[in-house]
Amino acid sequence: MSNNEPVKSTGLHIGDAKPGVAKKDPILVADHVTRSFGGLTAVDVEHLEVPRGAITALIGPNGAGKTTFFNLLTGFDTPNTGEMHFDGKSVRGMRSHQIAKLGQVRTFQLTKALSLLTVLENMKLGAGNQLGEGILKSLIPSIWRKQEAEIEERAIELLNRFKLSEKKDDFAASLSGGQRKLLEMARALMTNPSLVMLDEPMAGVNPALTESLLGHVLDLKKEGMTVLFVEHDMHMVRHIADWVVVMAEGKIVAEGPPDSVMEEQAVIDAYLGSHQETDLGVVTGRVDASEGGEKQ
Amino acid sequence: MQLSKTGKRTISAIAAVFAAMMLLLALPVSATADEVGAEFENQIIGNVRVAGEPVEGAKVSVTGNGYSVSTVSDEEGKWSVGVPVVGVYEVAIDRTTIPEEAPIEEFGPLTRQVEFDLTSTVIANYYFGEAEREEVGILAQFLTRLVYGINFGLMLALASVGLSLVFGTTKLSNFAHAEMVTFGAVIALFLSSLNINPFLAILLAVLASGAGGLAQDVVIWRPLRRKGLGIVQLMIVSIGLALTLRYIFQFFIGGSTSQLPSLGGETFNFFGTLTLSTTDIASMAISIAVLISFALWLTMTKTGKATRAISDNVDLAAASGIDVDRVVRYVWVAASALAGLGGILWAYFRPGIKWDMGEKILLLIFAAVVLGGLGTAFGALIGALIVGIMVETSTLILAPDIKYVGALIVLIGVLLVKPTGLLGSKERIG
Amino acid sequence: MDWIQILSNTAESILSPVTFAFVLASLGLALHFGFAGLLNFGIAGFMAIGAYGYALSILRFGFPWWAGILVSIAAAIVFAILLGAPTLRLRGDYLAIVTIAAAEIARLLFLTNTFDDFTGSASGLFGYHNSFREANPLPDGFYGLGPFSYSSTDWWVRIVGLSLLIVVIWLLWALTRSPWGRVLKGIREDEDAVKALGKNVYAYKMQALIIGGVFGALGGVVYALPSAINPTVYVTSLTFFIWTALLLGGAATVFGPVLGSIIFWVLQAFLTNVLPALTQDGAILEGLTSQQGSTLRFILVGIGLMLIVIYRPQGIRGDKRELTFVK
Repeated sequence: MSNNEPVKSTGLHIGDAKPGVAKKDPILVADHVTRSFGGLTAVDVEHLEVPRGAITALIGPNGAGKTTFFNLLTGFDTPNTGEMHFDGKSVRGMRSHQIAKLGQVRTFQLTKALSLLTVLENMKLGAGNQLGEGILKSLIPSIWRKQEAEIEERAIELLNRFKLSEKKDDFAASLSGGQRKLLEMARALMTNPSLVMLDEPMAGVNPALTESLLGHVLDLKKEGMTVLFVEHDMHMVRHIADWVVVMAEGKIVAEGPPDSVMEEQAVIDAYLGSHQETDLGVVTGRVDASEGGEKQ
Repeated sequence: MQLSKTGKRTISAIAAVFAAMMLLLALPVSATADEVGAEFENQIIGNVRVAGEPVEGAKVSVTGNGYSVSTVSDEEGKWSVGVPVVGVYEVAIDRTTIPEEAPIEEFGPLTRQVEFDLTSTVIANYYFGEAEREEVGILAQFLTRLVYGINFGLMLALASVGLSLVFGTTKLSNFAHAEMVTFGAVIALFLSSLNINPFLAILLAVLASGAGGLAQDVVIWRPLRRKGLGIVQLMIVSIGLALTLRYIFQFFIGGSTSQLPSLGGETFNFFGTLTLSTTDIASMAISIAVLISFALWLTMTKTGKATRAISDNVDLAAASGIDVDRVVRYVWVAASALAGLGGILWAYFRPGIKWDMGEKILLLIFAAVVLGGLGTAFGALIGALIVGIMVETSTLILAPDIKYVGALIVLIGVLLVKPTGLLGSKERIG
Repeated sequence: MDWIQILSNTAESILSPVTFAFVLASLGLALHFGFAGLLNFGIAGFMAIGAYGYALSILRFGFPWWAGILVSIAAAIVFAILLGAPTLRLRGDYLAIVTIAAAEIARLLFLTNTFDDFTGSASGLFGYHNSFREANPLPDGFYGLGPFSYSSTDWWVRIVGLSLLIVVIWLLWALTRSPWGRVLKGIREDEDAVKALGKNVYAYKMQALIIGGVFGALGGVVYALPSAINPTVYVTSLTFFIWTALLLGGAATVFGPVLGSIIFWVLQAFLTNVLPALTQDGAILEGLTSQQGSTLRFILVGIGLMLIVIYRPQGIRGDKRELTFVK
């Protein structure tokens, strides 16, 4: 673990830390959100508030509905019922790009680097409100040339920060898995988001890059952005999350600061009751791996 | 360089298959005799009808580019004239050879100009007056069309189940599948020109079609799967193959329509409008028997079950010890043999064999496959019956020359509304 | 064999209206497939709509020729919207089947006897050239050099065709190097990623479908300018030939389709002249009929298409790394 421990945000909630607890300053609020496929209910979230300016982790065993819930929040899937507010504005029924325009940007579990665009083009694509992206204005470069130069400047700054500037003219296809994760995050920042949603940012990243990725996520918070991420890597959750939301079988079963929430019986039940290999007991260090295995 | 090595091997293998196919087809096949200038690639063709009834013996003359020739229409009112070069031609019909009662004035000038463009065929029809509606009960008409539709649907099914299986196991939308339909018919035509017993000729042609499928998989598709080509690339390769095969057929049998020898038998008439020959009835029986045996193969045998397992999930199937390449090869053989049989039966139904006959029903085959649910053989069977019946019965309302439009609209509609088809299971999301 | 005549005929194909039509249509396809990743297999339908839109507005509504071109453009826009509105959300290969079916429906409706009075059905359309030829500023006569000698009418067709071509090439070039083109290329790679960045992917795809479709329709107009409209032209084979020209040159480039179409037609013209000659007594292909000789050239197109897609999917002009086929 690194020496400079991140500063955790505390006092985010009002009252006891239980599922659906109110936050002092929520940026994202979901109510009665359900989504079922065929007869199977994948997501059934009664109430959730995501605190502003903090890093929230969304965890849970495989099949808990985390990614489906993510897709619902970002407009990539439509809920059967429910209401969602972002920054006080209802986003129900909005399409993904409309939600993204409000300042809520996401990344994907399977990294979506645009392979046959250069790294710099990937970055420039992220910038919003580009004059040259209108079909008629695109034909007259003098309209958009100045803005394009500004965008490029900002893109290069970010690439420097993410240590990708040497690769700027390479096709994104030539990057390593970890570098693609970094590129995807950097590209997301080009949209100037207020909420950054990361779907398994650590998946498939080699250990050498883990530290720098964590650092970048913490930087987002320093710059005043809110982060919501889905993750299996408990090291990352404990290390950087200010708040943890636990899902199981589509429902939120626990909420709280990372240190206390993993002690909760509901969380342990959720993990041990599900047939999967990631065992919370192992992660929290209270249960021996072999014991957990026997119980399944 | 490894790539160029496989490259060379693939090229020489492709060349070998084509050489083999050309050998198979090497003997000349005679075209129908009633055509003038059949040796030329470029044809001017047309129909002569009065009030919808074909006119036999109407004299049509074609002049232009220093060439002048005339012909007479056959018992179906059809005529065709081959010309040596493309260009503008004047087509004229002899007034004295058309029945007196034909409303010539309504039709306009009897001499007209036609011009060749990209294709090798231009049409100059002489339709005098409206067709009179035959006074047959609507129910009888419907039943007639229904029976023809079922017959056509069964042939379509023979072609469709194979395409569906190939799609299911390899994710290839095979545009060259319709050429296997033509292939079966063309081989049957070639074999019957050798004076072989027609039934034996049909059997051999089906076997040859299966061999064609095997050759395709060994020479083209398996190496390309190994090479890791994407589905879009494979699809376009299949288009290239379709063009190649189609024009190889034209190379050997020319642009005209040829007929398979009659299989004899009688013609039966039902409620006035429906005539079925022994061949028609036998054709339906064969289709049904083959489709049932095929269904049994799919559900009862180990290989058949493996086929369906691969369609469900290829990785899981491979992991559970199924030899995917071997099963896919069986699928290619079965798909091509079925398509070939469909082509032969269709050659009797149409009737006639033409180099591009398969292409004409390619989209109907796709419609059947999509309607039933991509990748499911049973879906394709039901889809084909629906498409066949729809195409035939739609002629009760629509002009025959747009009878395929309805099927195409259904094809688009299904893809829009329920892309998984009638029998397809819902795709798993998330 | 008369090589001078053969080479002259071959050279002539560079300036033939059919070549121009192919270039225009393949530029439309380049925008669809090369830049936006849309598998449009219905480009022949767009060309038919262009050709018929032009001729019908002149013949049936008495429009002047330039208004005919505007009608063609409008008709292509309508067709693109009708086609795209429900289908642009479909998976790639589904879109291919839908577009090919839509083009066939359009062709069958132009071909059917049912609308003979309006469309001319199987006889096609002709005799719509007065307005266009009257607008010809060139004095009557015969101009040119060597194989490129044409009457003033033929020159006028080529001048108009070439002008349209230059405008379309400029448009495609300007669009694809702009931020708009960047969004399109992003969509080709992964539309979800582009959606997540706040771009309206559907709108971009629709714009691309419309613009590329208009290019295709202009190809149809140029095809129809010199002589007549023959409904048997607009078959699926035409679509496949244009795909061949596109992939030959390079799908994700601006000049690739131009080069590909020219090579396609130069080869076609060359083979059309050479192959029948080779079937004469004493030549290599002796024993074949001249008809078989000329059929060989289409067999070569099919084999060529397969080889390009397998061994050089990026085309002649494409960047080796820039394979446009997304797996």
